[in-house]
Amino acid sequence: MGGYSALLRVLEEMRPMEVIEQMARSGLRGRGGAGFPTGLKWSTVAKAVHPKKYVVCNADEGDPGAFMDRSVLESDPRRVLEGMAIGAYAVGADEGYIYVRAEYPLAVKRLRIAIAQAERMGLLGKNIGGTRFSFHVDLRLGGGAFVCGEETALLASIEGKRGAPRPRPPFPAESGLYECPTIINNVETFANVPPIMRKGGDWYARIGTAKSKGTKVFALAGCVNNTGLIEVPMGITLREIIMEIGGGIPGGRQFKAVQTGGPSGGCIPAEHLDMPVDYQSLTQLGSIMGSGGMIVMDESSCMVDVAKYFMEFCMSESCGKCAPCRVGTAQIYEMLCRITNGTGTPDDLKLLEELCDLVRTTSLCGLGQNAPNPVLSTLRYFRHEYLTHIEVQACPAQVCKLHSAAEVTV
Amino acid sequence: MKIDFEMIAPPSNDKRWRVVQMTMRQHGNQPNALIETLHSVQESFGYLDKESLRYVAAVLRVPQSRVYGVATFYHFFTLQPQGLHICLLCTGTACYIKGAPNLVADVEKLTGVALGKTTPDGQVSLMTARCLGSCGLAPAGVFDGTVVGNLSAPTVHARVEEWLSHDA
Amino acid sequence: MTSPVRVKTLRINDLDVSAREDETVLEIARENGIWIPSLCEIEGLSALSACRLCLVEVKGSPRLHPACVLKVEEGMEVFTNSERVAKYRRMILELMFSERNHICSVCVSNGHCDLQALAQMLDMTHVEMPYRNPALSVDASHQRFILDHNRCILCQRCVRVCDEIEGAHTWDLMGRGINARVIIDLAEPWGASQTCTGCGKCVQVCPTGALSEKGVSSGEMIKKRQFLPYLTTMREARR
Repeated sequence: MGGYSALLRVLEEMRPMEVIEQMARSGLRGRGGAGFPTGLKWSTVAKAVHPKKYVVCNADEGDPGAFMDRSVLESDPRRVLEGMAIGAYAVGADEGYIYVRAEYPLAVKRLRIAIAQAERMGLLGKNIGGTRFSFHVDLRLGGGAFVCGEETALLASIEGKRGAPRPRPPFPAESGLYECPTIINNVETFANVPPIMRKGGDWYARIGTAKSKGTKVFALAGCVNNTGLIEVPMGITLREIIMEIGGGIPGGRQFKAVQTGGPSGGCIPAEHLDMPVDYQSLTQLGSIMGSGGMIVMDESSCMVDVAKYFMEFCMSESCGKCAPCRVGTAQIYEMLCRITNGTGTPDDLKLLEELCDLVRTTSLCGLGQNAPNPVLSTLRYFRHEYLTHIEVQACPAQVCKLHSAAEVTV
Repeated sequence: MKIDFEMIAPPSNDKRWRVVQMTMRQHGNQPNALIETLHSVQESFGYLDKESLRYVAAVLRVPQSRVYGVATFYHFFTLQPQGLHICLLCTGTACYIKGAPNLVADVEKLTGVALGKTTPDGQVSLMTARCLGSCGLAPAGVFDGTVVGNLSAPTVHARVEEWLSHDA
Repeated sequence: MTSPVRVKTLRINDLDVSAREDETVLEIARENGIWIPSLCEIEGLSALSACRLCLVEVKGSPRLHPACVLKVEEGMEVFTNSERVAKYRRMILELMFSERNHICSVCVSNGHCDLQALAQMLDMTHVEMPYRNPALSVDASHQRFILDHNRCILCQRCVRVCDEIEGAHTWDLMGRGINARVIIDLAEPWGASQTCTGCGKCVQVCPTGALSEKGVSSGEMIKKRQFLPYLTTMREARR
C-alpha cells in the first residue's frame, strides 16, 4: 500500500459526498474520547455555506497514561496527513492545522519532515495530484494545558489565546477556527480514514460491535506484565486485554481495578472484567472510553489516593473560567486530602457526592463535567476504602499517611 | 501617528532576537502568532522575561495583559531562568502508581528545593511532566533531554548528585 | 431588501412568550418580567457563561443550559426556577463565597453588592464547605481606585468592559484554575499602568468590592452603571 494512494484514488474517483457517505457507513466514531460519529461531523461542515473552512487535527494527547497518538505521529505521520487531506476534500477546506503537544519533540520533528516531503511531492499544498484541490497544513505547538484537548479551547489556542473553552453551540462544525466551519478530529480518527477509503466503509463496519465499530488502540500500562500499545476490535473484554494480552499482574499480586479514560474516566473493579469494551458499556460502568489510556492497578494502590491524584490533576488543569469547575475541583481535592490524612468526617462523604454532582452538572466544558468521574466511580465500587480512611483512620493499601489515633496509641 | 511594527527594536542587540523576529514575520506579525512566538523566545533565551513579553506584545499588537495571560496559562512557558541541568520527573498515572511521588519527595530532599524551583546555585531545576507518553517505562523521567525509564530512588539520586557536585 | 426578522414562540415557566430569533432566553425572560439570576452577565457586554448561575432547564434535555447564551427556539419549554436549578445555584454561590474572602460587614460594597444580593434572593443561609481564605494582595497603587483580589469572583466584567467598551484591554486573566487572577498589563501595579486610561468603567461594573473607589468606607461604594446601556445604545444608533 503506497503512501497517499487512498488520497489520490479519492481525488480521482470519488466526489466529496461519496467520501462522506463512506465515512458514515464505516460507523467510525471520534477516537478522542467523546465518540461523536465522524461521518455526521464531516457532513455538517460539508453542508455549511462558507467561503473558508478548516480541518484541525487534535494531537494534544493530554490524558496521563495515554500514548497512542504519540506512536502514530512518530511512526506514521503521513497517514494522519492523508486522513486530514481526505477530510479537507470531503468538506471543501483548503487549510488545516495539527495541534501537537510541545512535550512530544520527536513527533513534532517527524510531522515537519512529513509535511515538507508531501509538499515536495505535490501531495499537500497547491493542486494536489494535479487536480484543482489544494490543501495546506501547518503545525501549532501546545503549551502543556490539558484543557486544550477540549475542542473550543484548542481552537482558541491555535488563534494564539488562552485555552479557555466557550459554550457550545455553536459547534466548531458551524463556527470553529476564526469562526469558520471546522472539522476537528483526533489523530487516531484521521489515521483510520485512509484504510476506510481503500477498503470501503462496509469493510470497517464489519469489525467491532453494533454501536462501536472498528478497532481501538489502547495504551496498556501500570501493574501489568506486558505494557505497551495494543490495537483490538471493539467489544473485546477487559479480562482478555489485561489477563491475556497484558499477561496478568506481576509478582503474584491481585488485580484491583483498571482505570480507563484518564482524568475524565473511572476505575473499573474486578467484578466487571468480563464487560465488553465499547462506548456504551464503559459509560454504563461510570467510566468512559476516552482516548485509550488503560492503567492497571493492583492491591498496592489506594483508590482514595488514586481519586485524589486525578482531582489534583483536574484542579490544576482547570482553566478557571467557570466557577463550578474552578472552585469545585479545589474543594473536592481539599476534601480528599482531609480523608486521606485521617481528618475526614462521615459528613464529608455526603458533601463530596453533592459537590461531584454539582461540578458534573453545571460546569462549562467536558473537563469539569467529567472531572468527578474518578471520584464517583471509586465511591461506587470502593466505598469501603473511603469509610476505612474516615472511620478507623487507616489506609487498607498502606499508601496514605494518616495522622491516626491508632498510630499514636501503638 | 502610525507605528511601523516591523521597526520596533528588540530589547537588546542579542543575535537570538533574529530567530524570534523570523518567527513573527513568518506569521505576518499577526496577533495569532503569539503562542508560536513565545515558544520561539523561550527556545532562544530559556525563559520569558518582562522585556521580551513587552516586545512581543508591541510587534504583534497584542495587549500586554493578554500576552501575560497567555504566558502564564500554558505550563510549558516559564518566566524564571532555568537551572543548568533539568531533572524532570513524570507524574502521569502509570508513573504515579509505580512510585513517582516517592521519587519526587526524595529528589526534593536531596536538592533542598521544591518542584518547579531551581537550586540557589543555578545548577539544577526540578520539574514534573503530566505524562511523557512513556508509560511502559514507568516511572520515567527526563534528565537534560534524555528519557530514562524504570527509575528508582538510587538512579535519580546518582544523576542529580553528579550535577550538584559539579559547581564545587 | 433585508430579510424579515423571524419570530419564535416559546414557553417560559407557565408563560407563553414570543421572541426575535436572535434573542437569548435570558433576554426574553427579562423582557417578560421573569427573573433569572446572573452574575457574570451584564447588559452591554458580551456573554461569557462563566458564573453558571443562569442555568435553566429545557424540556426534553437532561442537561442544564446557561440562559445567557441559550438562543430561543420554536416550541421550547424553559423552566427557570425548578427545585433542581435552585439547589445548584445556591451551591455555586456557596462555592464563590468559599473561594476567597467575602466578609460583608467590613466590605466597601456591603449592601450594594451583586454577590451579596444574590445570596439573599436565593436563600443561601450558610456555606457548607470550608472557607479557603487564601492570603491575596490588595493593589492600592492607583490614585483613585483600589483592587482587592480577596473580593474578586473572576466574572471578567472588568476585562470585558475595558476591552469591548473602553478599548484599552488593560485587564486580563493570568494563571489558571483556582490560581487565576485578574491582572493589569504584565501583572503590574495599577498605578504604574501605561495603558489604563483611568476611566473607571471596570470599577463601576465590578459586582463586588473587588474594585472600588478610594476614600469610601464599608458600605459606601455605590456603583454607577447607567453609562453601559447608554454607550451601547448610542453606538448602535451611530452605525
